[in-house]
Amino acid sequence: MSAARTTSPPPPPSAPAGPVDPKGPSWSDPGSGTAPKSGGGRLRKSGVYALLSIGLLVMAAPFLWMGLSSFKTDRDLTASPPVWIPSEWTLEHFDELLDRLDVPLYFFNSLTVAVLVTASNLVFCSMLGYALAKLRFGGRNKIFALVLGALMVPGNLMLLPLFVLMSKLQLIDSYAGLMLPFAAQAFGVFLMRQFMQSIPDELLEAARIDGAREWYIFWRIAMPLVKPALATLSILIFLGSWNNFVWPLIATNDPEKYTLPVALATFATDPNQSAGSNGMLMVGSLLIILPVLLVFIVLQRHFTQGLATTGMK
Amino acid sequence: MSTTTESAAGAAPDAAPAKTGPGAHPPAGRRNRGKRQPVAVQHMAGWLFSTPFLVLFAVFMALPIVATLVMSFTDFGLRNVTDPLSAEFIGLENYTKLFGDEKFLKALFNTAYFVVVGVPLTVGLGLGVAVLLNNGIDRARTFFRVGFYAPVVTSIVAIAVVWRFVLDPSDGLIAGLASEVGLTSPDFLGSEALAMPSLIVMAVWRNLGTVMVLFIAGLQAIPPDVREAARLDGASTWQEFRRITVPLLRPTMLYTTVITTIGYLNVFEEPFVMTQGGPSDSTLTVSLAMYREGFNFFHMGYASAMAYVLFVVIMAITVLQLRLLKDNTK
Repeated sequence: MSAARTTSPPPPPSAPAGPVDPKGPSWSDPGSGTAPKSGGGRLRKSGVYALLSIGLLVMAAPFLWMGLSSFKTDRDLTASPPVWIPSEWTLEHFDELLDRLDVPLYFFNSLTVAVLVTASNLVFCSMLGYALAKLRFGGRNKIFALVLGALMVPGNLMLLPLFVLMSKLQLIDSYAGLMLPFAAQAFGVFLMRQFMQSIPDELLEAARIDGAREWYIFWRIAMPLVKPALATLSILIFLGSWNNFVWPLIATNDPEKYTLPVALATFATDPNQSAGSNGMLMVGSLLIILPVLLVFIVLQRHFTQGLATTGMK
Repeated sequence: MSTTTESAAGAAPDAAPAKTGPGAHPPAGRRNRGKRQPVAVQHMAGWLFSTPFLVLFAVFMALPIVATLVMSFTDFGLRNVTDPLSAEFIGLENYTKLFGDEKFLKALFNTAYFVVVGVPLTVGLGLGVAVLLNNGIDRARTFFRVGFYAPVVTSIVAIAVVWRFVLDPSDGLIAGLASEVGLTSPDFLGSEALAMPSLIVMAVWRNLGTVMVLFIAGLQAIPPDVREAARLDGASTWQEFRRITVPLLRPTMLYTTVITTIGYLNVFEEPFVMTQGGPSDSTLTVSLAMYREGFNFFHMGYASAMAYVLFVVIMAITVLQLRLLKDNTK
């Protein structure tokens, strides 16, 4: 890894910092070092801000482009040089999208599957997470090893037999078929186990001494204590389901059961249909992304927290 | 709520004996006031709490994993979707055919290309952004973090639509910007040489946020007193980075590299939505080849063999990375 190089001497403090040059001086906090604060430090900090801002602009540009293009007329969409701000704001592509694709239906399908998947993961992952963190039972370590192993298995490995299985069970084109493979995800178990471990044993022990049953302790004592974790889990699972693409693509043949991404992708990858409908595709993308992006911005702490927890331990 | 509680607790004694194994202790429901619960109660509860996950795991994960392996030794085809047991065993034929299949070899090469270029770029840039965010600035951190992470939470389908538009040679964003300065933009996705690099750039853009967040967490887990002590001992900025940050960040680096590699080896969605593997198979990846064989042509036995070859490659690379990048200072 580039960061593990031993040779190259530290560059002079005035050297511009860059994200592709991880050996630069920007790695340490210039404000709290042993060196006194200097104009160079401030300059360096402005450089970092400038660099991050450019990076952010690159990251955000496709989103901005999509958002603005959704309101452009066809003339603006094909204008060269490209126009960022629509010269004339229009909702014609919204109408076109609603005309040609049954968006409310696909939206409802996506939402239903996502809610069902989230609910089942909240219960099942928490149950096993609690057991792995707080109960002593034979086989616990083996189950935990299984969970860790399941984290490593690529989803594509199971697609073919899963399709056959669902066909046999006649669950193709059903909500059950869409949700069951994701109803209890290993990463959720892992996340909940990490959070459940933070519950003090004394609390659970006290309840046990009072004669409470294990389910009661789990549901009434442990679960309320890990509410932030449940929020994190809900968001991550919901999002995973909302954005899920490969399995819904395979598990649905009937357009009536398409999820939003499947419907849009099917339309977009069919040249006979999608030719000349860039504006409409932009609107469709906007409708997939917008709810998620809003939720993410409001609840962003939960995302990064969850990711960091599963990532670090 | 309460009904769920009742029924689950009530169901406990029935399901218990099957799982508790030898030395079956008295079932639950017994009160032990003032005493520690006997081990058996937790034993049973533990298994009961594990049951839903284990059942779903067995049916929708363990079974398919084994089934893929079995199918890869058969001529499993469309008619076997309704009648799986009549598929015939053909030994290693699928595998021997695979390695003479030019399309598959090309897919293997393309996937390797994607991983070898994409993983270092993603991990390197993610690390760079994380360090800049964590140590380089002290205001607007959240703002930047949200911005860099946003592509992670968005649907690949939407991203693909937008990027196809951005990269479009006639009225795309890049083409327009290029014409402004008098250049002509290449047809990124229509060119055999440029299609894969374009997908890699898109994948880096999309996955940078994940890596960044993991590294930020790793950086924040480094105790400040360790840095403080190093500074008091007169360590320079560089020494501090080299001797404190890098070694303490090693587990994070290992983890991010491994998960990014696994994800990139499985790359499917980007080429599926952006290029359908073209032009002339220059972006055909192993997962995409498997999908096509399995779900377009229903050569499911053959596709299963592809899936397993990829799986074995993934496992081998993961083990190798764990060995190579493991903390060898201990």
